[in-house]
Amino acid sequence: MSDLLVEPSSTSHAQRVIGGLLRSREIAVLSVLVALILVTTFKSHGFLFSSTGWRDLLLTPSLLLILAVGQTVVIITRNVDLSVGSILGLTAYLTGKLFSDHPNLPIVAVFVIGMLFGAALGLVNGVLVAWGKVPALVITLGTLYIYRGAFLTWAGSDRINASDLPKDFLKLGTQQVLTIPVLTIIAATVLVVVGYVLYTARSGRELYAIGSDPDAADLYGLPVTRRVLLAFVTSGALAGLAGIVYVARYGTVSSGAGSGIELQAVGAAVIGGVAIFGGSGTVWGAAIGAFLLVTINRALPILGISDFWQQAVVGALILAAVVLDRVLTLRQERQLVEARDR
Amino acid sequence: MNETYQSTTSTPVLELEDVQKSFGAVRALRSGALRVQAGSIHALVGENGAGKSTLVKIVAGVHRRDAGVFRFKGEDVDFGSTADSKAAGIAVIYQEPTLFPDLSVTENIFMGRQPLRSGRRIDRGAMYAEAKSLFDRLGVDLDPRRLARGLSIADQQIIEIAKAISLDAGLLIMDEPTAALSGVEVERLFQVARGLRDEGRGLVFISHRFDEVFALCDTVTVMRDGDYVGTDVIAETTVDALVSKMVGREVGDLFPKVEAPIGDVVLQVEGLDRAGIFHDVSFEVRAGEIVGLAGLVGAGRSEIARAVFGVDSYDAGAVRLSGKPVKKHDPRAAVRAGIAFVPEDRRKQGLVIQESVARNVATVIRRGLASAGVLTGRAETRASGPWAAKLHVKTSALDMAATTMSGGNQQKVVIAKWLATEPRLLIIDEPTRGIDVGTKAEVHRLLSDLAGQGMAILMISSELPEVLGMADRVLVVCEGRITAELSRDEATPERVMHAATHRDDKEALPA
Amino acid sequence: MSTPVLDRPADATTYAAHAHPLWRRALVTPEVAVIALLVLVYAWSNANVANFDNPLTLYYLFLDTAPILLIALPMTLVIVTGEIDLSVASVVGLSSVVVGMLHHDAGLSIPVAAALAVVMGMAAGALNGFLVAYVGLPSLAVTIGTLALYRGIAVGLLGTEAVTDFPDKWTDLAKERISEGSSYPMVLVPFVILLVLFAWLLHFTSFGRGVYDIGLNSEAAHFSGVNVELTKFWLFVLCGAVSAFAGVYYTLRYGSARGDNATGLELSVIAAVLLGGVSIFGGRGALHGVVAGVLLIGVISSAMRLENYTVNVINIVIGVLLVLSVMTTSLLGRARSLAARARGGGPRPPRRRNAVAAAPASESSTEDSGTQERHPE
Repeated sequence: MSDLLVEPSSTSHAQRVIGGLLRSREIAVLSVLVALILVTTFKSHGFLFSSTGWRDLLLTPSLLLILAVGQTVVIITRNVDLSVGSILGLTAYLTGKLFSDHPNLPIVAVFVIGMLFGAALGLVNGVLVAWGKVPALVITLGTLYIYRGAFLTWAGSDRINASDLPKDFLKLGTQQVLTIPVLTIIAATVLVVVGYVLYTARSGRELYAIGSDPDAADLYGLPVTRRVLLAFVTSGALAGLAGIVYVARYGTVSSGAGSGIELQAVGAAVIGGVAIFGGSGTVWGAAIGAFLLVTINRALPILGISDFWQQAVVGALILAAVVLDRVLTLRQERQLVEARDR
Repeated sequence: MNETYQSTTSTPVLELEDVQKSFGAVRALRSGALRVQAGSIHALVGENGAGKSTLVKIVAGVHRRDAGVFRFKGEDVDFGSTADSKAAGIAVIYQEPTLFPDLSVTENIFMGRQPLRSGRRIDRGAMYAEAKSLFDRLGVDLDPRRLARGLSIADQQIIEIAKAISLDAGLLIMDEPTAALSGVEVERLFQVARGLRDEGRGLVFISHRFDEVFALCDTVTVMRDGDYVGTDVIAETTVDALVSKMVGREVGDLFPKVEAPIGDVVLQVEGLDRAGIFHDVSFEVRAGEIVGLAGLVGAGRSEIARAVFGVDSYDAGAVRLSGKPVKKHDPRAAVRAGIAFVPEDRRKQGLVIQESVARNVATVIRRGLASAGVLTGRAETRASGPWAAKLHVKTSALDMAATTMSGGNQQKVVIAKWLATEPRLLIIDEPTRGIDVGTKAEVHRLLSDLAGQGMAILMISSELPEVLGMADRVLVVCEGRITAELSRDEATPERVMHAATHRDDKEALPA
Repeated sequence: MSTPVLDRPADATTYAAHAHPLWRRALVTPEVAVIALLVLVYAWSNANVANFDNPLTLYYLFLDTAPILLIALPMTLVIVTGEIDLSVASVVGLSSVVVGMLHHDAGLSIPVAAALAVVMGMAAGALNGFLVAYVGLPSLAVTIGTLALYRGIAVGLLGTEAVTDFPDKWTDLAKERISEGSSYPMVLVPFVILLVLFAWLLHFTSFGRGVYDIGLNSEAAHFSGVNVELTKFWLFVLCGAVSAFAGVYYTLRYGSARGDNATGLELSVIAAVLLGGVSIFGGRGALHGVVAGVLLIGVISSAMRLENYTVNVINIVIGVLLVLSVMTTSLLGRARSLAARARGGGPRPPRRRNAVAAAPASESSTEDSGTQERHPE
């Protein structure tokens, strides 16, 4: 089994793929998710086998999925972005305002403006972190406050209601294409694009390098500042997108929109196998993690557990994921060292 | 041996002349010079503090020189960053390479330059194939898909060399590359180096190990105290000639070990064992004695010392101080028993470098300094002053941070910290690594004095002259076992090196 | 040759104890900057903000910021070691629920319920401490997990209910003043006691020196005999205990035990600690700065509230202050180290690997590379 770690090329392509899958964290989390869905459906068939059941199963996690993907990009570089919840709220309100003040604005334009807006907010984070050399935890903690404060000051006691939004836009919230909700398709597209770039583009691979060993990345001559900026801009843009999706899904924006969701995004990534130290993990894992977290929340009441316990389950899962990561890393290191000493 | 040595009429790959570099008040380089021909391996030797590392860093683009000539492939250059020197075709392989542990060895080689297919997508197949061919060329059996995590230092260096080849480096500098390698790995590295030389590249080989210098290199440059001393053809010189150029004086003057009366047994180590690290280690150290632990880097000497002191644990065996057992894996217990440990890496292990001199010196004794449960900075200052004074630590004030001090001074602070505990046994790991020649002599004198006053000293050193000059007895460690115990008279460089490289062969020591 | 080392007369070389005069050492610090800012803002508010000089203002200021004041004390020590504890607010909530349930359902008296809540807090801190110090997990990830876990347990136990039937004797005590008409509530008494305790622990004991050593270079601390794991463990336990105590106060002050009490409080605590001059990288900071940081946020909030600014604007101001303070520290630190290097110091100290303060990659490679840490040879 350790041959796969030390001499992966000596195994056939098929063996390598299967072996990789068997030990992959993504598959493990996916299995837990599938098991959860099965058990819950067993108790209540409508969870999966009804039109609203199927739709909600795919639709509800879409928001967190987008955020988890963005968070992953940042965490891979050994940073974190705590301001995404505030960016979401701010962009959601902007979306609502745009529609209510300019009802004839094409929906696509609103998407573009929202994402650019989020990207700009993310750029602020990126400049302060990459250039100011201040830890991301602190900077994004500060912008969490600043952006939410700006949101609330701008909104005042104003709320965006469904009546302020064009019907076409609201329809997006529940519209389906071949039974798959449009919003889920948006989320899936984000997932595929980002996942692809991280896998197959030089800049994507450089993000991993920067998180794996920042000193080595510097010594190597990689454009670290530019890449870290890119990571935060991506996270901001995706948080902006999430804000628009939020409005489409819920049709209303109140002052609490997005509050607290940043920690869920980090949790989803961690559960999905993204190492908090950076350098490893995939957006696929983070996406499955997001799916799992949201589905747990929806499944608990059906399973007879008050959904008040949802957060406790999430917390336990995060702890389990982190402990598991450590155990596996230690074991892998030991195997690699033993293999070389043979 | 030196058929490929080119004549001096062709343009050298690298030319440095009269290079100067200062860091504030410290003159690291006064007249650095180096000339490397294409298709040759050039050794750079000198003591710690001679300026070799600074010279290399200037070539690598880490520092900018203050003055002097710097020509690469015949053109004047001035590198502002490591990326610049890399782009020009200079590769440096450090003692401890830094790779990206979470990525494959192939990606480590090609990061930022991965081969692309259509649409700017990385062509993984081509990348792996190219890595494989590089490994084949180097005669190395590494799987291109393997993660860099867990690679031995030797393999990490190969990756660095592969990187250099793929960048078509014209000049490769290897800074103490064999320090952490076993015999077999050294041989492999040499083969690779010769191959690179035959391809017409220039190599610079920095090492303390003369046998390797003489086995591998064509020419050698000696440096001393920041100055260029001279260049020789290897075939036309000897180790002694090089050493006296390096040192500038007779070797014998260096290590003033004073005769001291040897007393009772202070340290007893019996059957110490730690799976995979060291095995069945037993020895004694007496009062007034300096016992040297010699061996190659990676032999396990520091690990043994750390286990004795309690920083690391051990699986079996016993440690006794003056007959009383010392609790394992408990540094405070070791201190209470009377053991002090000056570790190998003073920046990472010996000092809290951002802290003041006073706090550093008082670190181990501070528990006893509190009056009525209150520990004040004044008490620390009062306690640390005398110890810093005794060691002639150079500082303008006791609350200056240790970062502002030279390596030699920092080492004195570490030693002061441990002497303040008034130990009966002092374990000191690489006492003079990376410090200037003057302080080196002071430290040796200090150790000699301490032994004369009845302290038992266990000294680990990778510098053979230091071990041979200072120790009353030399224990040689090879791959975790003690392979020889030599008295001061018996210990010769040949005997020590033989024992250091032959694990199972206890009898046939050369005469 | 020369006199044996240990026989050299001790005062052969006399050192100055300090490189700089007392005023400079005492006054040119980040802590003093925060204290000065606090004094300025307070004085300005007193003069210019209507009703600010009303004794009630100060009273409510202390009453409201008491939990942050309390928790900031152990949080400072945790951050100095280079770790972080995001679960403190959840422990406040859980403690609140425990007090409520023990009193309401189990009929225990308030003091007993409170004591048990503090024990629960210690256990919560112990889990954090065990996972971080002994299992070796990054504290950011662990405390994000326990933040959810402890809050989840709190909400799971009480749901959306609230326990509100607390005896007047105790809810009044939580709001009582030290003396008639004074601005200082009783809660300041335990705060001051804890402040003295933590100040002694951090600044005047060997344990406290060890805390700084761990934050600056935990490997060297280990080599010098500091028990790194045990120290970190106890700091997390302390954090949990004080958070639970703050939860007891919170419950009694508002007379209501709810699962979602004090949500988001951890960010205020951390913001205040960082504002007070504690470095997120660990290894530097002092309690007088932290207290000033908490009070500064409190004064600004009070003043702005009296000026009819909304909470939101106040949050913006706090966020900006936080960012500015950290950037200033970072820039000053870089300037200082560049100056030291120019004067002839050695290369940078060993880089500390740390997910809390996962600092972006090092500066341009014209300075010393990270791999070769040796002094220029």
